[in-house]
Amino acid sequence: MKHTLAVLVENKSGVLSRVASLFSRRGYNIDSLAVGVTEDPEISRMTIVVQGDDQVLEQVTKQLNKLVDVIKVSDIGVDDAVERELALIKVSADVTARAEIIQIANIFRARIVDVSPKSVTVEVTGDEGKIDAIEKLLRQFGIKEMVRTGKIALVRGSKKV
Amino acid sequence: MTTGSTEKVNGARALIKCLEEEGVDTIFGYPGGQIIPFYNEIYDSNLRHILVRHEQAAAHAADGYARATGKTGVCVSTSGPGATNLVTGIATAYMDSVPIVALTGQVPTFLIGNDAFQEADITGITQPITKHNYLIQDAKELPRIVKEAFHIASTGRPGPVLIDLPKDVQNAEIDFYYPDKVELRGYKPTYKGNTQQIKRAAEEIANSCMPIIYAGGGVISSNASAELVELAETINAPVTTTLLGIGAIPTEHPLHVGMLGMHGTKYANYAIQESDLIIAVGARFDDRVTGKLESFAPNARVIHIDVDPAEISKNVKVQIPIVGDAKQVLKSLNKYIRCCNSEAWIEKIDHWKKEYPLNYRQVSPDVIMPQFVIEQISEACRDAIIVTEVGQHQMWAAQFFKYKKPRTFITSGGLGTMGYGFPAAIGAKVGKPDKTVINIAGDGSFQMNSQELATAVQNDIPVVSVILNNGYLGMVRQWQELFYDRRYSHTYIKGSVDFVKLAEAYGALGLRAEKPSEVRPAIEEAVRSGRPAVVEVIVECEANVYPMVPAGAAINEILDIEEHADTPCAMPDLRKVKVDGVLDLEEQ
Ligand SMILES: Cc1ncc(C[n+]2csc(CCOP(=O)(O)OP(=O)(O)O)c2C)c(N)n1
Ligand SMILES: [Mg+2]
Repeated sequence: MKHTLAVLVENKSGVLSRVASLFSRRGYNIDSLAVGVTEDPEISRMTIVVQGDDQVLEQVTKQLNKLVDVIKVSDIGVDDAVERELALIKVSADVTARAEIIQIANIFRARIVDVSPKSVTVEVTGDEGKIDAIEKLLRQFGIKEMVRTGKIALVRGSKKV
Repeated sequence: MTTGSTEKVNGARALIKCLEEEGVDTIFGYPGGQIIPFYNEIYDSNLRHILVRHEQAAAHAADGYARATGKTGVCVSTSGPGATNLVTGIATAYMDSVPIVALTGQVPTFLIGNDAFQEADITGITQPITKHNYLIQDAKELPRIVKEAFHIASTGRPGPVLIDLPKDVQNAEIDFYYPDKVELRGYKPTYKGNTQQIKRAAEEIANSCMPIIYAGGGVISSNASAELVELAETINAPVTTTLLGIGAIPTEHPLHVGMLGMHGTKYANYAIQESDLIIAVGARFDDRVTGKLESFAPNARVIHIDVDPAEISKNVKVQIPIVGDAKQVLKSLNKYIRCCNSEAWIEKIDHWKKEYPLNYRQVSPDVIMPQFVIEQISEACRDAIIVTEVGQHQMWAAQFFKYKKPRTFITSGGLGTMGYGFPAAIGAKVGKPDKTVINIAGDGSFQMNSQELATAVQNDIPVVSVILNNGYLGMVRQWQELFYDRRYSHTYIKGSVDFVKLAEAYGALGLRAEKPSEVRPAIEEAVRSGRPAVVEVIVECEANVYPMVPAGAAINEILDIEEHADTPCAMPDLRKVKVDGVLDLEEQ
């Protein structure tokens, strides 16, 4: 089972490494990790996607909470959250393929952010499934390079984590 | 006190003032280039500094001091190799939840990351073995950080905290002001147990006919022994302790069933296996305790009281978790409990106690059995603080000494660090100068920090080390005997050194006992001398620690003396002893 954790941490050097090393030391797998500052400049927010059953999740949460620099850990349920990921995908494209790629991008409301004689770079945001889908479609042209941010998520409605 | 007012001082002086504010009277350390500014300030201060001979010993001494007194221990080293030498001591304290603050020198901030001379990333290295650590980058932050460090080390589940002090930070001038509060939004331990849960626990207890209390190191560190004994007596339940829980209830208390787990008493293991309710207090269901998890206490429901929520349901599924400080939770639990229906259960346990007592066999009248030595220490030094190294002697010390009070048994449980005992005993003696402090050692372990004889002599710290010299890395040899076909690969160390002469070379008292009748007088003479002393006791070389639950077995699958008779002392096949040095020594 995949879980999405929102982890509020002190915005200090060394915190990311504390969190990352906790995962590796305890043998938990991170699917993705995204981190950035929040509305409060002293607090950063990590969005961590982890694999594991309820027991693993309970341990991960408790161990994270033990870190002095971790302020709060919340498990964001899938149904009541807006989840987004951003990907940049550089696709091999000569003039003949370009039109088809642009068409696919349009369907996914993705944007073409760079074009060269031999490639097109597509920017796409969405949930994991959407990005997987466009990646699959673009693969036929040959993906030269791809980068994904990892998931970020906010709970729907006026509630905060 | 200076709290509230400000004064211009350098970082090193500020650190001294912080330590004074925290009530620190003693620190254990070893100087070097990057910590000289701090040592320069120690020179004029009222702090007692104990100069060790290896930084590992400074960390262990701070740990022993902390365990004996309940206060936070402090150790200090220089950067690089000094700091890395602390690592084993810090890890030892971490595994056993001991409050220490480690101060390390560091290269100046502008050189950090440059692979400068004697630079080591000690905050990176110690990240997984500290409760928290700090690299001070601005001297202005020093007072706040020191305040936080002591707070974090000593509260909640205690543990080591390291502060890395770049040299320029020690030299920088600041306006000294010691904060009187810490503000850590990410660190708020829970002390008071949830009342609903406590009431549920009381109900479970009332419904149980075969309860057992399982007490760990948390009972000692939260000073909850009185509350624990009150609980046991009120509900009439047996109490078993972990290695670190020893002393939580007197050994001779009628409800005490001894230690459980791998080298626990048979009756403690039988009792926990048959129990219908386990009341775990400040213990963590370690693998040395539970044996094979799937067959651990199959019929028991579990109440788990612990200050660290992450320990609850980590290894064993818990029905009633109570997060809180052991003392506070037990205090309030004791208000709700009444006697349960345990008469028949206690009878059964008393029967087991009679049938399967802790025992050993005297292999012949004139050899000294190691267990006998512990019994002699127990009679000669009733109120002593016992510190141990790691190995068979450690288990015998746990099994055969009659403990009366908490904080009188000090040992490296979680990490099992050979070389811990002697420096920890030095720390304990410094913290409790009026107590007799005995380090029960093995011939292997003692050699891991024997250089600290110099520390004990120079600082006049009269610790007595009783070395049970069996000529082996005995605990490993025991495993080789039982599980590796007696192939004693590299565990034979007989003739390493003449321990009596070693002690004398350092200016300590050295005594030897070779016959049973010499044991007691030697121990008494060493204690009476008031000097740092070593008593080398030549013991039966192939005695084993029993009972024993083989690793991975259920804890009621127990090997005992009858089933595994000790064979008389045999020399190992020397052709198989591959260490040339040992052979040479043997032939001399
Ligand atoms: C630093 C360290 N290295 C290795 C071990 C593994 N080990 C555990 S017990 C033991 C033998 C200890 O020998 P000794 O001190 O003579 O005690 P004995 O078992 O003979 O009583 C060893 C090598 C350890 N616990 N710690
Ligand atoms: Mg030995």
